[in-house]
Amino acid sequence: MTLVKTKIGRRAFIRNTGLASGGLVIGFSWLASCKMTPEQVSSLPKEWFELNGFLKVGDNGMVTIMSPNPEIGQNIKTAMPMIVAEELDVAWKNVIVEQAPLNTDIFTRQLAGGSQSIRQGWESLRMAGATAKQMLKEAAAQAWGVSANEITTKEGILSHEASGNSAGYGEMASAAASIEVPEEVQLKETKDFSIIGTETKNVDGKKIVTGQPLYGLDVYKEGMLTAMIVHPPAFGMTYKGMNADTVKSMPGIKDVFHFEVYPEGIEKQWSDQGGIPELVAIVGDSTWECMQAKKALEVEWEQTSKAESTAYHEEELLALLEKPTETPARKDGDVEAAFKNAAKIVESTYSAPYLAHNTMEPMNFFAHVTPEKAELLGPIQTPEFAEKTVAARLGMPVEKIDIMMTRMGGGFGRRLYGPFVIEAAVISQKMNAPIKLVYTREDDMTQGTYRPSYKVKYKAGLDADGNLIAWHVRGAGTNDSLIFEDRFPAGAVDNYLAEKHSLNTNVTTGAWRAPRSNFIAGAEQAFMDEVAEASGKDPIEFRLELFDRAINNPVGDPKKNDYDPERYAGVLKLVKEKSDWANSNGKARGVSAYFCHDSYVAQVLDLEDGGGDMPRVEKVFCAVDCGIVINPLGAKNQIEGGIIDGVGHSTFSAMSFNDGKPEQSNFDRYRLIRHSEAPKNIEVHFVDNGIDPTGLGEPSLPPVVAALSNALYKATGRRYYNQPFINERPPLVG
Amino acid sequence: MAIFTLNINGKKQEVDVDPSTPMLWVLRDHLNLVGTKYGCGIAQCGACTIHMDGTATRACMLTVSSVGNSEITTIEGLSEEGDHPVQQAWLEVDVPQCGYCQAGQIMTASALLAKNPNPSDEEIEMAMNGNICRCGTYTRIKKAVKLAANS
Ligand code: FES
Ligand code: FES
Repeated sequence: MTLVKTKIGRRAFIRNTGLASGGLVIGFSWLASCKMTPEQVSSLPKEWFELNGFLKVGDNGMVTIMSPNPEIGQNIKTAMPMIVAEELDVAWKNVIVEQAPLNTDIFTRQLAGGSQSIRQGWESLRMAGATAKQMLKEAAAQAWGVSANEITTKEGILSHEASGNSAGYGEMASAAASIEVPEEVQLKETKDFSIIGTETKNVDGKKIVTGQPLYGLDVYKEGMLTAMIVHPPAFGMTYKGMNADTVKSMPGIKDVFHFEVYPEGIEKQWSDQGGIPELVAIVGDSTWECMQAKKALEVEWEQTSKAESTAYHEEELLALLEKPTETPARKDGDVEAAFKNAAKIVESTYSAPYLAHNTMEPMNFFAHVTPEKAELLGPIQTPEFAEKTVAARLGMPVEKIDIMMTRMGGGFGRRLYGPFVIEAAVISQKMNAPIKLVYTREDDMTQGTYRPSYKVKYKAGLDADGNLIAWHVRGAGTNDSLIFEDRFPAGAVDNYLAEKHSLNTNVTTGAWRAPRSNFIAGAEQAFMDEVAEASGKDPIEFRLELFDRAINNPVGDPKKNDYDPERYAGVLKLVKEKSDWANSNGKARGVSAYFCHDSYVAQVLDLEDGGGDMPRVEKVFCAVDCGIVINPLGAKNQIEGGIIDGVGHSTFSAMSFNDGKPEQSNFDRYRLIRHSEAPKNIEVHFVDNGIDPTGLGEPSLPPVVAALSNALYKATGRRYYNQPFINERPPLVG
Repeated sequence: MAIFTLNINGKKQEVDVDPSTPMLWVLRDHLNLVGTKYGCGIAQCGACTIHMDGTATRACMLTVSSVGNSEITTIEGLSEEGDHPVQQAWLEVDVPQCGYCQAGQIMTASALLAKNPNPSDEEIEMAMNGNICRCGTYTRIKKAVKLAANS
């Protein structure tokens, strides 16, 4: 067993809170032990290091684990309590998971984004469980007059073999409450895990399938009004005026007014990104009445900055691809010289459009602002930031702002940005009433904060033996510079040059599931396929040779490379074996591998025979190295979802603009993947390596885009360079 | 405004609303039945699926004035205890991620199985194609529909 002492000091994050009447209650902070960089730590509010999770052992032996974590569909509400229960040594059937009441002084809230929740909570959650177990042991030791070291635990039972004593946790819980929190605790060996690694069902499953009110949009309160907004129809436009009178008299309409969300001088947080400074609000009794008024209202807007169209973005990005950067992001060796000596040169350009997040539940928020306090409730991942802006905007102290979170109908990055929280608060203050702000699908899709559009150009040089001797990548994105210069194949090629450009535009952008990776992985791994083909080598062998190089004789300082070539090669080898790579049975198949969010994923994708010009995905074999898998059932769900998401968006989805105006506003013109287009079969294999867990929500999406385009090449003889692939029709068959 | 008497989940319910109001908002805003979700408002996503006389129907485009005496069933009325075979299968397969689309998926699936107790893969896909799942739970949904069909 491992004896663990915290770096920050146990008392700082585990406390015997004595909140409960009867039983043992331990409070803990699951962020306290996360391995973050000093910059990340200093940017976190200090309250995050206070208590934010609770664990109660009741007199009846039932264990309640309260997690304040927002659930956006990543299943952390199930996985995190599993970690606590594991170290506590209690049977999972005796565990109740509750959403912590967020509106108390004791709980602070969390940010769930970037697949980080489990990674950051891992150590703290384990120690919280182990601490409670140790205190129960101490209590039993005192009661029986024996040494705590001789007491063993199993499924909520304490036993002392020599004396024949045994007791349930419940019997010792109240006594344990008076035991001092130990300085050191023992954590289990991974081989002794009995809950972690078992397939465990979603703790909210029953509520979901019976339609319980769980989401922000389901919030209905006494006296509540519905509010909607009208935002500019195009980017680059600002409010000029309106005639609200005709609309104000429509049935059920209480008020229509123009308001400033972000007046001059208001200090913004990063979570305010994408916020529109001035909007029009419509407030009424019911959703339908507001929708009717919204249709009838005519607002005048004026163009105050460039009306950008998709053609403009395309042109500007292409121009950037021709332009060297002043300082390359990374430079090893001399690519120019190497290209001169190369026996073969491969060159390709890839692109992808803007994408909307399109969470199934549109943006919404409940607000009740009175002179005394502001109560806000809804789906937001960054309440700690939003409350600062709300306080500044309402002119109230932060202590009077209370933001609570609901379950979220999808995130994908969208709910990191919360201008809608500020909007709801301002509307409620103005109305002096509780309101629920509801975005229509059209508002949601045309408001911005999109995945940026991207272009990237690759050039590779091979020597006469088909070895990769030079690699040049130059990428550009709208409001985003795209390239991860220290990712593969950096470190595996002698001559390497990475350059990145960003194009400033007024179409707002933000993080979208697996930011940047969601495009660059597909481009890089599709290009890798072209280069492998030019080298005359098998695409998996070609990649493995490069990983060998990065393992045995890395170029430059290997610490600079932000991937572990052994783990990378590991997932490729695993997927090669599981897919029986050499025997494709005549299926068009493609391979791809990528590393992001600290996890490694490799995929082999088979297309259905025939299937016309956009063949359907028959099967995806997926190998994942995300360290220890807490809940394989939930983990596989995330991975399957990421694969379907990646196939869907790269095949079908795009946002485009004409004179600043989004050309898609609902699912009639914005195409999302549907049942009959989804991969028929997904087979997930995990690498079993006992390493601390890493991200799951994102990493399966990026590589599948290339697994698909590489398979499409096999099926059609044509490379798919531009997303969405559906627009690349008709392909050159045969 | 007009008064409508509706037959919802086996109960008579009275509402006083504009006749053009879609059933989606009648259920959510006026009858506190929020299991039926809003996703698009234009019959493209299926989040609002209910049963009208047993047929899967998009509540966002179904005006209250067109319902008449039809029997409306929402996710809340599909079973008393969440024990409808489709709901059970959903739990068994652990389908939901964010869960937001799932009430609509379950309503479409249960209407399909009531008419076609043993659908083929293609029939499942055709019936379910109007229901988007942004989280990508499609493979699990198909598995759950088949499990429910066999139970
Ligand atoms: S809300 Fe009715 S189909 Fe989308
Ligand atoms: S589970 Fe999230 S939309 Fe289907």
